[in-house]
Amino acid sequence: MTPVLFDLLLRSIWETLLMTGASGLISLIAGLPLGLALVATDRGGIAENLWISRLLGAIVNGFRSVPFIILLVALIPVTRLIVGTALGTWAAIVPLAIAATPYYARIAEVSLREVDRGLIEAVRAMGGNRWTIIREVLVPEALPGIVAGFTVTLVTLIGASAMAGAIGAGGLGDLAIRYGYQRFETGVMIAVVIVLIVIVCGIQWLGDRLVARIDHRA
Amino acid sequence: MNSHTNVAPIATLRDAQERPDVVSLIDVRRHFGKTAALDGVSLSVRKGEILGIIGRSGAGKSTLIRCLNGLERPDSGQVLIEGRDITGLSESQLQPLRRKIGMIFQHFNLLSAKTVEENVALPLKIEGLPKAARLQRAAELLDLVGLSEKARAYPSSLSGGQKQRVGIARALAARPALLLSDEATSALDPETTHAILTLLKDINKKLDLTILLITHEMEVVRNIADRVAVIDGGRIVEEGAVWSVFADPRSETTKSLLNTIRPQLPDHIGQSLTQNPVGEAVLSVDLAGPDANAPLFADLSAALPHAFRLIHGGIDHIQEQPVARFFIGVPDPSRLDSVLQFLKGRSARVEVLGYDARPV
Ligand SMILES: Nc1ncnc2c1ncn2[C@@H]1O[C@H](COP(=O)(O)OP(=O)(O)OP(=O)(O)O)[C@@H](O)[C@H]1O
Ligand SMILES: [Mg+2]
Repeated sequence: MTPVLFDLLLRSIWETLLMTGASGLISLIAGLPLGLALVATDRGGIAENLWISRLLGAIVNGFRSVPFIILLVALIPVTRLIVGTALGTWAAIVPLAIAATPYYARIAEVSLREVDRGLIEAVRAMGGNRWTIIREVLVPEALPGIVAGFTVTLVTLIGASAMAGAIGAGGLGDLAIRYGYQRFETGVMIAVVIVLIVIVCGIQWLGDRLVARIDHRA
Repeated sequence: MNSHTNVAPIATLRDAQERPDVVSLIDVRRHFGKTAALDGVSLSVRKGEILGIIGRSGAGKSTLIRCLNGLERPDSGQVLIEGRDITGLSESQLQPLRRKIGMIFQHFNLLSAKTVEENVALPLKIEGLPKAARLQRAAELLDLVGLSEKARAYPSSLSGGQKQRVGIARALAARPALLLSDEATSALDPETTHAILTLLKDINKKLDLTILLITHEMEVVRNIADRVAVIDGGRIVEEGAVWSVFADPRSETTKSLLNTIRPQLPDHIGQSLTQNPVGEAVLSVDLAGPDANAPLFADLSAALPHAFRLIHGGIDHIQEQPVARFFIGVPDPSRLDSVLQFLKGRSARVEVLGYDARPV
């Protein structure tokens, strides 16, 4: 592999990490409250409101049923509005974050739903309000699942970011297609695959370690 | 409802009646669809007493206890806590009130992500106490329940009995006026149950804490309650001082709940009894309170030699009152009347259960 290609590889790694990290962070910040809202407004939830629950559910399902490659193109006007351009790494973060948020919200929702109702009851019985329940019960008790789910989301985002090459976002996927596939640089292809494996394994390992640390359930 | 005398027949009588009610329920009803979980319950709990509420599964016990801190809202009726009706209060008005009512649960409901001391301190965090003060109070309470060395442990590393001790410490953290217990010992083995009940009784005495406990086991009521209310189908069917309900249960529900804990006529004898007055007459003899301290059977034996034999039974002591229940046989039916007369003269409740025609 030539030094030029090596530089290109480094840049692509950075672009992939940037796209994954930024959209992952946004999906965490937006998806967790959305997951909480889905659980809280559902039947028997701490802020039961079936209309809001159904509305949120429909929006989440709507976004999740559109394949990412279509979302990527369909969201171009929105991207242009937010970032000013529809091309490049930063532009790819918008559709990635918008796709990952409902995805992560559903994952967080599953963990939050698994929190024992008895714990919520206990905190209500000691005079806690909804905010107390969220802060002291729902989030801490679901945290292992919330973290594990975030790991899954990040790994999924790495895959999705490869598609963002279609709008000139760069990244490892783009590199593999343009050099490894179109220009028959097998070395680049192999390097990309190895780097991806290392990144995914690294994220998974970190995530697993974190979960093991914070999980005090039996 | 079957009402017994409500207190022990000793000096505590006047004292107990002068104590104010911490809780009063007036004709409380709660329906879920067509099931009446509470069907007109009226009940009161006096300051410092331990009231046991016993009933079968589905009788409405949990619904009743949850009405007391507003976790459940009655359809009608009044729930007075220290004289104040809470049925009309909003959720945010109920919150400060709940801080003064501790609650413990069958499955402990400890937060797994918090250490033992953080769990105990949580009610104080909700109250807005600063961290140092919370942890100091948590340490005091863990000392009270004998778990100081587990302060930094997580609940998952504790045994069931230890978890319930943490639950009790947590329930007491905010210095409640009332402690509610919903089947707090149902998930524990008999020995641990005993230890937890002893702890509750100690706390009741030490802090003059009013305790309302729900259970489906008479054993629990027998061991620590002052008064018992029996609930069935959402109604209180019997109520009174524990010793007096045990000595003279009136409703069928109470009798059957007492089956496991009172002496019963052995099955093989019960099965061979007929109502045809031939052979040995089998009697139940019930006697409680000061009357049961007299040497009844020695006297009977002296008055009517060889007239009876003991089959089964014993004397239990509940709230320091003797509660006796015996089964005796009178082999010669011609002496039955004099035996009955003698026993009734000693204020025993006697019932002829039947006759056993088999040769003894
Ligand atoms: N949220 C609810 N929705 C519908 N029915 C309910 C609800 N809560 C209680 N019930 C019904 O009300 C009745 C009384 O229930 P409750 O939980 O108070 O009984 P319990 O005496 O505590 O029983 P257990 O000993 O099994 O805990 C039962 O028939 C139950 O099915
Ligand atoms: Mg119950």
